[in-house]
Parts: sequence; C-alpha cells; structure tokens
Amino acid sequence: MTEPIISFRDASKVFPGGRRRPEVRAVDGVTLDIAAGEIFGVIGYSGAGKSTLVRLVNALERTTSGSVVVGGTDLTGLGEARLREVRAGIGMIFQQFNLLSSRTVAGNVAYPLEVARWPRAERDARVRELLEFVGIADKADARPSQLSGGQKQRVGIARALATNPRILLADEATSALDPETTREVLRLLQRVNRELGITVVIITHEMDVVRYVCDRVAVMEHGKVVETGGAYEIFSSPKADVTRRFVGTSLRDRPSDETLARLRERHPGRLVVVGIDEVTGSTRAITQVLRDAGVDPAVVYGGITEVADKPYGSLTFELTGPDDAVDAAIGRLRAVTAVGDLGTAARATEGRD
Amino acid sequence: MDWATLGPQLWQAAGETLYMVAITLVAGGFFGLVIGLGLYLTRPGNLLANRVVFAILNVIINLLRPIPFIIFIALLGPVTKVVTGRIIGIEAFTFVMSVMASMAFARLVEQNLVGLDPGVVEAARAMGASPWRIVRTVLVPEALAPLILGYTFLFVAVLDMSAIGGYMGAGGLGDFAIVHGYQQYDWGVTFAVVVIIVVVVQLVQLLGNGLARRALRR
Repeated sequence: MTEPIISFRDASKVFPGGRRRPEVRAVDGVTLDIAAGEIFGVIGYSGAGKSTLVRLVNALERTTSGSVVVGGTDLTGLGEARLREVRAGIGMIFQQFNLLSSRTVAGNVAYPLEVARWPRAERDARVRELLEFVGIADKADARPSQLSGGQKQRVGIARALATNPRILLADEATSALDPETTREVLRLLQRVNRELGITVVIITHEMDVVRYVCDRVAVMEHGKVVETGGAYEIFSSPKADVTRRFVGTSLRDRPSDETLARLRERHPGRLVVVGIDEVTGSTRAITQVLRDAGVDPAVVYGGITEVADKPYGSLTFELTGPDDAVDAAIGRLRAVTAVGDLGTAARATEGRD
Repeated sequence: MDWATLGPQLWQAAGETLYMVAITLVAGGFFGLVIGLGLYLTRPGNLLANRVVFAILNVIINLLRPIPFIIFIALLGPVTKVVTGRIIGIEAFTFVMSVMASMAFARLVEQNLVGLDPGVVEAARAMGASPWRIVRTVLVPEALAPLILGYTFLFVAVLDMSAIGGYMGAGGLGDFAIVHGYQQYDWGVTFAVVVIIVVVVQLVQLLGNGLARRALRR
C-alpha cells in the first residue's frame, strides 16, 4: 500500500454521559490506514460509529484518545484556527445534502470559495467549471428547493470539490436517493476519484454501494472496525458475522431456506451451489466438467454480478444423472471452484461451504 | 370633541409614540439579536457551547419576561436612573421598553434559530467557516423569513407597551387616549386613536409579511 493519506491510531471518541444517559463509545480504538487515491468504504449498521469516525477526519469531532493523521498532519491537539485550514482542504457531502436554502445553486458552490477568500472573478469561473463537471450547469440560478435529490447531491459534490481538496468524505451520500440516482451519484464519485485523483471515503449501510465503487472497505460494529480488506475479498470470504449479514443483503444469489424447500419440490435431482469468481468467470468451465462426467446440469437459481469490477456470485445447479457420476462430477468441480452440496429432496444435506 | 385644539396635540402624541417605538425597535432588535444568538450558540452541543453562559442568559430572560410591564418599570427604576439619569420622562421610559423588548426578541431569535437544520451549520463548519462567519452567512440568512416575522411581532408588542407611557410621563398615543378620551368621557377621541393604531399595525404587518415572503422565495 502506498503512503496512507488518513491514518487512525487507536482512535477513540467517547461522548460523556449525563444524569440519565450513559457515556457512548462511538468510536472505540480504531486503527486504520486509508491510502491516497483509493475509494474507501466504511460500512456498518446505524449506530456503529461510522459517521463519528468520518467526522474525526475533518475534526468536526475531536478524538478523546488516540490520534488521527491526515495528509501528514496530526490533528490531535491542533487549535481551532489550524483545524479550520485542515477542514478547508477536505470536502464533505451529506445524506441530507445540507445546502443553504437562502442561496442559489451557484451561491452554494461559491460558499467554500468565499470562506477561502478567493477573488470574485476566479470564484465565478470556478463555480461554472464545477457545475459543468457535475453536469448541472443549467441550474446555476435555481434554488436548492427546485432541484431533485440527485441534483441536490450534485450541488453538494460541486461544493465539496470547490477548493480542490485531496479528500472527499461522503456521509451516507446516497442513502436518501432512489437506486437509479444512487448509481448516478456513485458514478460521479468514481469520476471524482479517477479524473481528479481525490481520495474518497464513503460511509454507508448499503453493501451495494461498496460493491459498486469501493476499492477497500472497513466493516464497523459497536464503534470498532471488525474487518478490513479489499472489496472483493470482503464479499468472497467475509469473516465477521456482521460482514456476512451485509454480504447476504447485497446479492441474494444463494437460496434461502424457504426458497430451497420450493426448489426441492420442483427439482428432484442433486442441488449444488457453485461459486462464480474471477477464476471461473462464467459457467463455461463448470458445465464442461459436469458434461464430461456424464451429468446433465441445469441452472435453477443464482446470480452473478460484479464486485470491484470482478465477477462475483453463485449459481445453484440441479445435476441429473447416475449417483456415482454426480459424486464424481462434484469432486472434479471442487478443483475448479467452491461447491456447496445440498443433496437431493430425498437426501438433503447442509451443503453450505 | 374639539379637533382644533386636540389635533396638534394628537400629532405631538403620535410623534412621541413614533420616537419611543423607533428607538426601542432599533435597540431591542439589536440587543435581542445579540442575546438570542448568544443563547443559541452557547446551547449545549452548539458552536460555542458553554453551559454557564447559556444558563445565565436563560435565567435572566426567564426571570424578567413574565413580569408585568407596569411592575417591571418600577422594578428597573434604579437601573433606569443610572443609565438615563432620570426615572421618568420619554428617555427613561424608552430605556425600560428597550430592555423588555430585547428580552422578548432574544427568545424569538433563539426559537427561530433552534428550528434551523443543524446540518447546514455542520456543512459550513466542514468547509472551514468560523463561528462568526457562520452567524453572518448561515444562521441569519437561513432564518431570515421567521426573523422578519418575529420582528414584526416585536413591533406590535412594543406599540402595546408604549401605550402606558403616560405612567412615566412619556406621553404618546396611549396617554393621549387616556387623558383626552377615557378621562374626559370622550369615546370619539379614544376611538380615533384606536383607529390610528389599528391602521399602523395593519400596515406594518403587511410590510412584514411581504418582506418575509420575499425572503422565503427560494
């Protein structure tokens, strides 16, 4: 990994309790490196501490112990004036967009430039350039209330990019958007990353967001990072329970118990779940192996999609043929990819590998 | 009713009311805004969170606001004497009104700011804006429409307070209506003053509504 642009070292954030509420360890001893130029996802259920974690990066929240180093600057113990400079070099977008309703679209995008004291002429040119980049140049004079959710988030992105930050923090930036618009916004974030070289940190509770754009991902639960890895590894071999639950919500490629019961009613043959990954890529090699063994394969369930631009998923086959041929076929298949043997309707087996 | 002699006195009374109300609105508006912002900013969890300052401001306002104005005048007497040098007269009365108006407007300002989405404040912070810049460019502009309506409300409240100016020898329309109308059993004079006040209040309310609507056009 290249030089990290953001490093957490045993970073914790504890919100002190009051008379009736207990103290909250929102972030609990997180050690994590985010590399310059990557799209890094932080996934967790609400209350897992991911929003607080990302706010430690631009010091909207201060650590109560441990340290956060951003672009070589240790934020621990920095004064408020210095922190404002650090914040100005980090863009942030929000779930609820947080646009100023008292300003036009152009006025919103100009805001951080005013804070950074850009001269008016350069400001105007920059605003035009940014609105062009996010594709809403025609809305410059509109009010935020006249825009759709996707357009509002584009304004938010333009505003966050205004002062040429090296880092963009996206706090549940697509959670208020429909699936179609979510994809558009994610594509835009991908362009921000690839064309401008900006490190993007995405906070989300949607595994699809990770699947679609993230290079690497950290899974959070109860303020702790329970698992970190490449997006593909997280999907293909999740380790923590919470990660498995997230992966399960994204691609419903494996039959649930109810589905399996129905499949068995319809398909009396041997059911096997066969993993599709970057090695197998498609069913070509798989069906070849099965036919060579004298077995007739039929796909009855499953799904294949892309994670981090690589094929990922599984297919459930019904294998028809003599028992020993089927056993042999499964044996040979195991050399090619992961196989889960569900048995037949008459002789069901667990089979989940 | 003898309008030949009453007429000029009515004009003078209207002038006195205008003077008292105008100064009170400027002073009450300014100090109310400052105190209201102070309340909002020092509130726990906000930009300049400070439990002590917040508690002090909050207690002062809560203590003073429920006091009936006519009793408040007497209560503030010593302070009025120190600040204006007198305890009666139009200046002294205007001072007392300004204090009460500041407290009332401070609460209105605070309530309108509390209603703002904290997300926009956070966004401004994330862009590196200082608290003072956030006050000028986020809080006040975002809450402008309700602030205008609150200020219009303040105008009516101040006009109401000014009616008892006679109690401190400050004159004004209220005093005129009492002295020349009520105490002379001249219902016509009282009615005339009421009509003037109602018309003025209507005009100001219309103006306030119009400005608020313009501020809301977004």
